[in-house]
Amino acid sequence: MKRGAAFYAQLAFTLLVCAFLIAPVILSILAGVTVNYQSGIQSGFTLRWVFAVWDGYRDTIFLSIGISLACLAGTLILGVPAAYALAKRQNAFSRALEELLVMPVAVPGLATALALIVTYGGAGGFRTSWSFILVGHILFTLPFMVRSVLAVLSAIDLKTLEEGAASLGASFWQRFFHIVLPNCRGGILAGSLMVVTLSMGEFNMTWLLHTPLTKTLPVGLADAYASLRLEIGSAYTLVFFLMIVPLLVALQWLGQARQAKFVAEDE
Amino acid sequence: MTRDSYRLTTLLLPAGIFFAAFFLLPLAQLFHIGLTGKQGWGAYTAIVTDRNYFSSLVSTLGLAAATTAATLIISGIAGVFLQRNRFPGNGALVAMLTFPLAFPGVVIGFMVIMLAGRQGLIGDVSRWLTGDKIVFAYSMAGLFMGYVYFSIPRTILTVMAAAEKLDPKLEEAARSLGASTWRVVLDVIIPGLKPAFISAGAICFATAMGAFGTAFTLATRINVLPMVIYTEFTLEANIATAAALSFVLGAVTWVVLAVARTAAGSTVAAAG
Repeated sequence: MKRGAAFYAQLAFTLLVCAFLIAPVILSILAGVTVNYQSGIQSGFTLRWVFAVWDGYRDTIFLSIGISLACLAGTLILGVPAAYALAKRQNAFSRALEELLVMPVAVPGLATALALIVTYGGAGGFRTSWSFILVGHILFTLPFMVRSVLAVLSAIDLKTLEEGAASLGASFWQRFFHIVLPNCRGGILAGSLMVVTLSMGEFNMTWLLHTPLTKTLPVGLADAYASLRLEIGSAYTLVFFLMIVPLLVALQWLGQARQAKFVAEDE
Repeated sequence: MTRDSYRLTTLLLPAGIFFAAFFLLPLAQLFHIGLTGKQGWGAYTAIVTDRNYFSSLVSTLGLAAATTAATLIISGIAGVFLQRNRFPGNGALVAMLTFPLAFPGVVIGFMVIMLAGRQGLIGDVSRWLTGDKIVFAYSMAGLFMGYVYFSIPRTILTVMAAAEKLDPKLEEAARSLGASTWRVVLDVIIPGLKPAFISAGAICFATAMGAFGTAFTLATRINVLPMVIYTEFTLEANIATAAALSFVLGAVTWVVLAVARTAAGSTVAAAG
């Protein structure tokens, strides 16, 4: 097929957009391992900045991993049963509830965080513990888990599967654990990756919810950007990329695998 | 089946209680705190009566509108192009364009600094070309660039998904009837992508209204509502005003998304 000028103009434009998105990522990775970014990469490569980040901000990394896993557990326990109930009951009430559950994503994190502080800020032990941040993260990520599971549940013929199981004498809970849960594995997996990724990067709420003793990774990043040299900020960003990229790759791969499966089933 | 119905309610209960205790109740409390300041209900009208707050509201709305327009144009062109043309490297381009999908606002702010900051790429290139060092990261222009950066990946995904469902036969028909490329774009492609544009645009808009991390990284003096709220809360300790302003900001953002959802006729995916 012969391609015209329009094709190449659009290709050039797309490449430009790509450069806009990727160039700063590459620059920041380079800056994180360069001795002196101002004088360029001729000054040589070093892991000094990465070690400095490890020494200074190790705790934020572990806290973020801990919170994101706790957040995952929370959204699984709260979200998966709720998604099933919402899928089974399609009425005005369940639709309103679905709508409500998405609100923490639509409402700016700053507002939600302020609301939590003015309500529970007085509860000393709770306010200063990392569970205060966890509550915010669960609010923000719960809709993603519910949506993801709900999407799978409405794509399969749940009714037939459940009626079949029930006619063989399976109780409500047997059906839930042996029919429903295994069938929405894909949705649970995609939702889980999303939840962990989002929790790991959440800043809008966390900045107000954190205390000096409960700094998460993005809070530490903001700290480093504001007060330390560019190389350390870059090295810290590099550490963040290393943590988040495997999750993103897994998400993309999962999305493609599911698309391929649906296409294969169509044919 | 009524027993099953009870059990379904039981399954909804944990999420419902959590949500009521940690979202609905706090929001009600936030609204109440907003009223406890010296001005009473005035705190809620201050956003239009107070000249400073009103100017931040206007600049925030302007920023959000500009972000939405720029993102839709850029992602519309790139998204349709990548969906329509298969060529070697296509997949790699899509992967690169969606890579920053989960970057938090603070990291986006840092990306803007890498591009347009004091030691940034744009400054270096412009000094090399003209002798002048262009630095605009720490201003409204930098924030605009950051929000466009943030919004491109998710918008491209939405546009590509919608473009996949467009029927190429409609375009062929238009062409065979003598329509020029521009007419095809205006009369066939854009109307076909309209629901996707509305839903993706609403998310761009909501993000630019309420996001905080990027502005925080770039400069705390940028005059947008989230920064004003933050300053009122932390530096001025003016909790009633901060509460009222954030309640209004939340309400405006939520209404924009709700209206867009109705207009698009489909579910607007949530923003990250």
